[in-house]
Amino acid sequence: MRPRRLVRYAKRVVLYLVALAFTAFAVFPFYWMLLTAFKANRDLYVGGTVLTHVPWIFNAPPTLEHIELLFRQTLYLTWVRNTIWIGLVVVAITLVLAVPAGYALARLTGRWGERLGIGVFLTYLVPPTLLFLPFSRMIAWLGLQNSQWALVLVYPTFTVPFCTWLMMGFFRSIPRDIEEQAMIDGYSRFTVIRKVVLPLGISGVLTATIFAFTLVLQDFVYALTFISAVPRMTVSLGVPVALVRGDVFYWGSLMAACLITSIPIAVVYNLFIDRFIQGLTAGAVKG
Amino acid sequence: MRPRWRAHPVLCLRAERVSAMETGFVEIRNLHKHFGEVRAVDGVDLSIKEGELLVLLGPSGCGKTTLMRMIAGLEVPTAGQILIGGEEVDEDVPPRARGVAMVFQSYALYPHKTAYDNIAFPLQAAGMAPAAIRGRVQGAAKRFSIGHLLGRRPRQLSGGERQRVALSRAVVRDPKVFLFDEPLSNLDAQLRAIARYELKELQRELGTTTVYVTHDQVEAMGLGDRIAVMNQGKVRQVGTPQHVYDHPADTFVATFLGSPPMNLLEQDAHTILGFRPESFVPRQDIPAGTDAAVFQFKVRQVEYLGADRLIYGAVDTPHRAGQTVIADLPVTITTPVAEGRAYEFAVPRRALRHFDAATGLARDRGAA
Ligand SMILES: Nc1ncnc2c1ncn2[C@@H]1O[C@H](COP(=O)(O)OP(=O)(O)O)[C@@H](O)[C@H]1O
Ligand SMILES: [Mg+2]
Repeated sequence: MRPRRLVRYAKRVVLYLVALAFTAFAVFPFYWMLLTAFKANRDLYVGGTVLTHVPWIFNAPPTLEHIELLFRQTLYLTWVRNTIWIGLVVVAITLVLAVPAGYALARLTGRWGERLGIGVFLTYLVPPTLLFLPFSRMIAWLGLQNSQWALVLVYPTFTVPFCTWLMMGFFRSIPRDIEEQAMIDGYSRFTVIRKVVLPLGISGVLTATIFAFTLVLQDFVYALTFISAVPRMTVSLGVPVALVRGDVFYWGSLMAACLITSIPIAVVYNLFIDRFIQGLTAGAVKG
Repeated sequence: MRPRWRAHPVLCLRAERVSAMETGFVEIRNLHKHFGEVRAVDGVDLSIKEGELLVLLGPSGCGKTTLMRMIAGLEVPTAGQILIGGEEVDEDVPPRARGVAMVFQSYALYPHKTAYDNIAFPLQAAGMAPAAIRGRVQGAAKRFSIGHLLGRRPRQLSGGERQRVALSRAVVRDPKVFLFDEPLSNLDAQLRAIARYELKELQRELGTTTVYVTHDQVEAMGLGDRIAVMNQGKVRQVGTPQHVYDHPADTFVATFLGSPPMNLLEQDAHTILGFRPESFVPRQDIPAGTDAAVFQFKVRQVEYLGADRLIYGAVDTPHRAGQTVIADLPVTITTPVAEGRAYEFAVPRRALRHFDAATGLARDRGAA
C-alpha cells in the first residue's frame, strides 16, 4: 500500500513540476517585458557590472519614463493605427478567398482534395526571406514602393493558404449529413452554405480572422522591404526602427511597446485555444 | 450535353406519365452505382407503389443507403433511371426539387437551430408565411408529443426526442415520398418497438409512399407492406413479408430472414433442402396423416427462452452426415427433449423448400 501511494505522489509531483515549468516558460517573457518597461534606467543597466544586483525585481522604484518616451517621442500610436487598418483589409481579403476555398477543399473528396489541401499548405511554408526578392520586383513594377498597399497585396500570400487550411479543417468537422439534409429540405447548395455551413463554422471564421491578423502583426521582413517612411510603418517595423538607434537599445520603451501590443493578442488566443487546435488537427487527420 | 428532346417538357412528360400509370409511383430501372471497383448498387429494378411502405432489407454494406441516396438525388447514378410520380429525376433534378423527405440514420438535425427552427426550416424554404409555419410546426410537434421541447437545441434532447424532431421535420411539408434510413437503429430496444408501431401508424394515416431502409429483419417484417431483400448491390427478392419469409427466392434470403434462420441441408449433390426451425418438431407432435419428412435428430444443446425452446443438434442425409440444424419449439409443445440424445423429428412436406445447390436459387419458386 505504502510504496504504491508514494509512487502516486511522486507522479503527481512530477506532473505539477512539468506543468509549472511550462507555465514559467510561457509567462516569463511577459514578466520580463513588464519589469523592463517600468524599471528606471539606473536599475536596468547595472546587471553586468554589479554582481550583487538582482535583475528580476525592482531595485529602484518603478517609473513611467519609458512609456512616456514611447508615446511622446515615437509614432507608436500611428503605427498601431496603420497595423490595424492594414490588418483589417488583409483579414477581409483572406476571408473572402479562404472560406470558399476551404469549403471546396473540405468537400472535394478523394485523392485530389487531399493533395490540393496539402499543396496549399506547402505554399504557406515558403519563407518570406525567400519571397521578398521576387515580390519587391513585382511591387516596384506596380509602383507601390513605400505604400501600405504593397503590404495589403503581399500579406494575403501567406494568410490565404494558412487560413484555407484552417477553414478546411473546420468545414470537415461539419457532418455532410447536415448539408444534405438541408438540400433535401429545399435549399440550393449556395443557400445551404449561407444558412447552415457558415453558422456552424463561425468559430472557424473567427479563428481565421485572428490568425490572419496576428500573422500581419508579426511580419517584419515584408514591412522592412516595402515601407521606408516612418509614419507609414507598422508596429513590428516602427518600434525597432525608432527605438534601436545605432547600438543604443531603448529597452524600457521597446518592452513597453511589445507588452502593449501583445497583451490583447495573448488574451484573444487564450479564449480560442481549443478551437485553434480543433481546426488544425481536424485538417490534418484524414476524414 | 443533354439531348435536345429532353428539354421539351410537354412531349417527354406525357410519354413518361403514361408509362408511370402502369407501374409504380417510384420506379427504379436498372440502377447502378459504382465507386471505383465497388459496385454498391448493381442493377436494381424496383417498383414502389403509391402509398405503400417498402422496406429495403439487407446486411450492412449491401448498398441500401446508396440506393436511397440516389432516389433523394444526393448521389448521381452510374447508370439507370429513377422516376418519381411518373417524372424522370436525373442529375438535373436536385434534391430540393424531388419532393422527397429523408430521415438520416444520424437524424442530421441542425445543431445551431432549436427544435422549432429545425422543423420550420423546410417550410421556410418553400416560402410559407410565418403564421402558417407556426401552425404546421405545432401540428407536427403535437403529433409526436414534442410540443414542450420546441425551444431546445438538439444537444439538449435525448435520442428518442431527436428522432421525433427528425420525423416531425420530415412530415411537416407533405412530401411525395418519405425516405427513412435506419431511423430507429440509434434507439434502445424498448423505445424501438414503440417507435416502430408509431411509424407504421403514421405512414398508414398519411398514406405517403415510403422507402424504409433497415438491416433488422424483425423491423422489416413488422413494418413493410412489401420487403425488398438486398445483397451485394442486387435485389434478391421483393414481396410481402409473409411471402418472402415462406418462399425465399434463394438461400441468402432464406437465411437472412428469420431468427434463428432457415435450416439448410445438403440433400444430394444438386439440391439443398430448407425448412424453418419452427417447422421442425418431434414426430409425435405432427398430426397423424400429415405428409412429413422424418429425420434422426441428435440433440446437442437445449436453450429455454421462456416462450419457446431452441434445440441445437445435427441430422444426417445420405449426402453428408452431421449437418447442423436448429429446432424452435413453442411452449405448446411439451415433449421432453434432452441433450445428448437422438429423437425422431419431422417437417411437414409443404414446409420444405428446395434450392439448387449450384446457384442457391429456389426450385419451387412461385409455389405460393
Ligand atoms: N462515397 C462512397 N465512396 C466509396 N464507397 C462507398 C461510398 N458510399 C458507399 N460506398 C460503398 O458502397 C457499399 C454500399 O454502401 P451502403 O450503401 O452505405 O450500404 P448499406 O447502407 O447497405 O450499409 C459499401 O461497400 C460501401 O463501402
Ligand atoms: Mg446504410
